Amino acid sequence: MTNPPDPRTVLAPDRADGSIYSDPALFALEMDRIFMHHWIWVAHDSDIPEPGDFITTFVGAHPVIVSRDRKGTVHVMLNRCRHRAATVCEKAKGSTASFVCPYHGWAYGLDGALRGVPHVDGYDGQLDKASLPLVNLRVADYQGLIFATFDHAIPDLDNWLGAAKPWIDLFMKQGAGWPVKTMGEHKFTFPGNWKIQLENTTDAYHFPIVHKSFLDSVDHETQDTFNFVEGDGFVEDLGHGHSVMVMIPELVDLEADLDAPIPERFRELAAALSHDHPPGQVRRIVRAVGGTGFNLNLFPNLACSMAFFRVLRPLDVTQTEIRHIAIGMDGGPDIANQMRLRLHEHFQGPMGFGTPDDSEAWDRVQRGSHAGRGIPVLLNRGLGGETQGPDGHPRGDVSAETGMRAAYRQWLATLTGEDAA
Amino acid sequence: MTIALDEAMALITLEADLLDHGAYHEWLALYTPEAKYIVPIDPDQEDFEATLNYAYDDAAMRRKRVARLLGGRSISAAPPARTIRLLGRARMLECGAASCTVRCAQLLKELRQHRVRDYAANLTYRLARTSDGLRIDRKVIRLLDATEALTAVSYIL
Repeated sequence: MTNPPDPRTVLAPDRADGSIYSDPALFALEMDRIFMHHWIWVAHDSDIPEPGDFITTFVGAHPVIVSRDRKGTVHVMLNRCRHRAATVCEKAKGSTASFVCPYHGWAYGLDGALRGVPHVDGYDGQLDKASLPLVNLRVADYQGLIFATFDHAIPDLDNWLGAAKPWIDLFMKQGAGWPVKTMGEHKFTFPGNWKIQLENTTDAYHFPIVHKSFLDSVDHETQDTFNFVEGDGFVEDLGHGHSVMVMIPELVDLEADLDAPIPERFRELAAALSHDHPPGQVRRIVRAVGGTGFNLNLFPNLACSMAFFRVLRPLDVTQTEIRHIAIGMDGGPDIANQMRLRLHEHFQGPMGFGTPDDSEAWDRVQRGSHAGRGIPVLLNRGLGGETQGPDGHPRGDVSAETGMRAAYRQWLATLTGEDAA
Repeated sequence: MTIALDEAMALITLEADLLDHGAYHEWLALYTPEAKYIVPIDPDQEDFEATLNYAYDDAAMRRKRVARLLGGRSISAAPPARTIRLLGRARMLECGAASCTVRCAQLLKELRQHRVRDYAANLTYRLARTSDGLRIDRKVIRLLDATEALTAVSYIL
């Protein structure tokens, strides 16, 4: 490889060079320093509720298995046989007692321990099975969000999430008293760099422009709710590249203002719920169904975005996979969870009324960024009006690019090995 | 008189032709008011209401989908992708005088933003005889790659 690029030459606090979306050498650096040395979100507790349950996914470019062992401990293991490197599991999810490599039959436990090797005599007693488990990553969780990292030296997850934790707590109020569970996902790719999507989750500015056709398809009351660009919301830098964008301040705490009138679009649901639930609980469920009023961007790959999880995975420097994971109330009323599914389908996914337009905009950013040389991408919106938030980090108005600046500051610090300012 | 495969396929082929030519308002009229238009994710799923789909459209959502595609206010659908679809391998699964269920294969090519993409799908139609003639009462589109990462579908499958 040629000398790695110096990221300081392509990023300033208020602008970036277009090559950050297309330089393969920069991408290789990101996949190493960011995706192997940060906490990467891999799963939600409800994806693997029982002992023996597993899913397969990725940490950056690395295929992994997330499993729950007999004692309930979660393991994140490289999906790579220690013999000849074949993946030991190709199912998206399931339940098992062991992972058996299909090539030569090496068998691993739910914790990755190598349990069985066929015709072991061929190793003349020299094979030390204890030293050949599936490679385990470091694992930690918060509020059901499971993260993993290759790096055993970075600070623990609590420290990493820091000021984002109270926002995760608020986001999980969508369980309305039940645990939050995942309810399926929309998975799609777009031909562009992963950071274009990272930026978008903290971009309120685009909403009324890109999502005109979505806004056309909802009632006036909902249009008013989503008319937040000149509202009282804000974007706050939460440190470590994380940020929160509050679009609808009255929907930050779903358990506050339970006496607020029920919006028209939820009245039918509320009436149906009131057959089986007392009025207070009906209001709590209905508020939960509508989702929160904020997007929490967790650097680098997860967003708790209003009413769903957004997960991004860089496939290549100009190819990114996005998953929009629907969530609901584990044990909550079916009709309420079904309404959440219908709301998710309405906006999200390749046939939703929102996602395809976002995707088109990101696609255009990628294509346009190849035009010319030395022309900056602007990151300066709302910079002049920023104040200090409660943790001393910058806070801008709702359509300020404060969250993007937060993410890029962490990006630069990680890539250069310096502390984020 | 039971619904014959020929009669069923005449309606199904008409739908395909209307969709490929962007005649979305005429397309809406092919459905019964109670009909569902469904694009599931899980290939084995039958309880569509209780699971996440790509689309689970009642009459109101179908009208909104058409308004979005024709409204010119969606950057991914202005204009909608151009498509050509071929249907074949049609088989009558259940057949009565009032309704029938037909399954067929669909191969579709789409062109948008200089990119050509292919989608293969199994289509399952429930057709109902109404006072206005034969109508679509349910259409389920099972994409071959429904569980893979897709790209935006800015038209009607």
